[in-house]
Amino acid sequence: MNQKNENELITLAIESSCDETAVALIKGGRKVLSNIISSQIDIHKAYGGVVPEIASRHHLENINHVVERALDEAGMTMDDVDFFSVTYGPGLIGALVIGVATAKAFALATGKPLVGVHHIHGHISANYLEYPDLEPPFMALVVSGGHTNIVQVTDYNDLHTIGQTRDDAVGEAYDKVARVLGLPYPGGPAIDRLAKEGDREAIHFKRVLLGDGTYDFSFSGIKTAVLNYVNGEKMAGREINSADVAASFQEAVLDVIVEKSVGAAVDNGEDKLVVAGGVAANSRLREKLSAACEEKGIRLCIPPAILCTDNAAMIGAAGHYSYIKGNTSDLSLDAVAHLPL
Amino acid sequence: MERKEIKISSEKDTRAFAAELAEKAQPGDVIALVGDLGTGKTTLTKYIAEALGVTDVITSPTFNIVCEYKTGRMPLYHFDVYRLTGPEEVYDLGFDEYFYGDGLCVIEWADLIEETLPEETVFVDMQYGRSQEERIYTVSRQEQ
Repeated sequence: MNQKNENELITLAIESSCDETAVALIKGGRKVLSNIISSQIDIHKAYGGVVPEIASRHHLENINHVVERALDEAGMTMDDVDFFSVTYGPGLIGALVIGVATAKAFALATGKPLVGVHHIHGHISANYLEYPDLEPPFMALVVSGGHTNIVQVTDYNDLHTIGQTRDDAVGEAYDKVARVLGLPYPGGPAIDRLAKEGDREAIHFKRVLLGDGTYDFSFSGIKTAVLNYVNGEKMAGREINSADVAASFQEAVLDVIVEKSVGAAVDNGEDKLVVAGGVAANSRLREKLSAACEEKGIRLCIPPAILCTDNAAMIGAAGHYSYIKGNTSDLSLDAVAHLPL
Repeated sequence: MERKEIKISSEKDTRAFAAELAEKAQPGDVIALVGDLGTGKTTLTKYIAEALGVTDVITSPTFNIVCEYKTGRMPLYHFDVYRLTGPEEVYDLGFDEYFYGDGLCVIEWADLIEETLPEETVFVDMQYGRSQEERIYTVSRQEQ
């Protein structure tokens, strides 16, 4: 390992597991020096055309630009970097391989170490960037378009999934219900906004708890319930109040998430609940979690939106703690689409 | 073109139909599911997986577009191509290699990428029936 003090170590982190190509420079696992996400910068202009959103080619064309921008913004060069962190799974395989290949190429060219990071480990670690005093153990809730997990974090590198979705991720349920209501993609922000004008108790959608003792989720049924309601109303010739549907759907989903995540913290004697993933930006989820955590005397941590959605800063934070534990990867590191935590 | 209409009145029927599809399946086969939200595409896939002996929990592939399961009698590749913007992306992502691969591909929203699918693809068109539970499946395939 490097002679530097741990708090001075600098990692260049890459994330390309889904739609975003992202690169960040992180110091000591806690300080963001730069955090660049491709959708924020106008790469399309540079290429004079629209690049398909999820194709590997999109990541391939973006990646070098984004690396340069991240170094520039941090005021650094490759010489300042101590090691590389990269998401190697889970995710869209064609997207993941671009990030992994890039990180491996940099590691090979510079002779500096490489650390493979699990995407969910990254999401949770975003909280270390926002809350400098936060340390394990704690309970974590990861809610996004692709994930719904309750994870018990006993140490920086010791994470155990104790609950997850058995079908659709929560963000996906939002997207599909948004589609039914004719709202734009992504559905989360649109439903959150519309729900503010609706009555949360207008329609009762069943809370799917899957029985006692499990922290698992199921969101496929509520999507169907909303569909059946909307189709039923249409067939009866009644006008649908979209705001009421949005508010009632959201309340049903969030009731389950709050009950399970806060319950998991209480049952396991954790006094901190850490939230991550794109759905953590949902205003009603924040309200409900705040109230439930306050009642139980649990400290609630939710990072700002920029660290909740996919980003590379979180990968750098997770990579840091793997690296100082000596968990590095060699150049045979491969992208894995389906990767348990 | 061979065509068959099946009335599904409950999940029990879905399961029986899935078992029939799975029994006939050979490596390199493609089953294309076409139907609206809530017509049961993922449910049908779950039962196909079960009939193949897959022991993993089948979760929605919407986010990752494809999920691979290798615990059954042949690999199962479960796709949801809703987020793809068109056939070019199938080639960009190298998905066509799955369609001519070593396992069974089950593809949700397959109508969006129809021109990239092999000629022998089995299509299952899924429609709502008269009651909340009822579905009408129309199975079509090229005559052998």
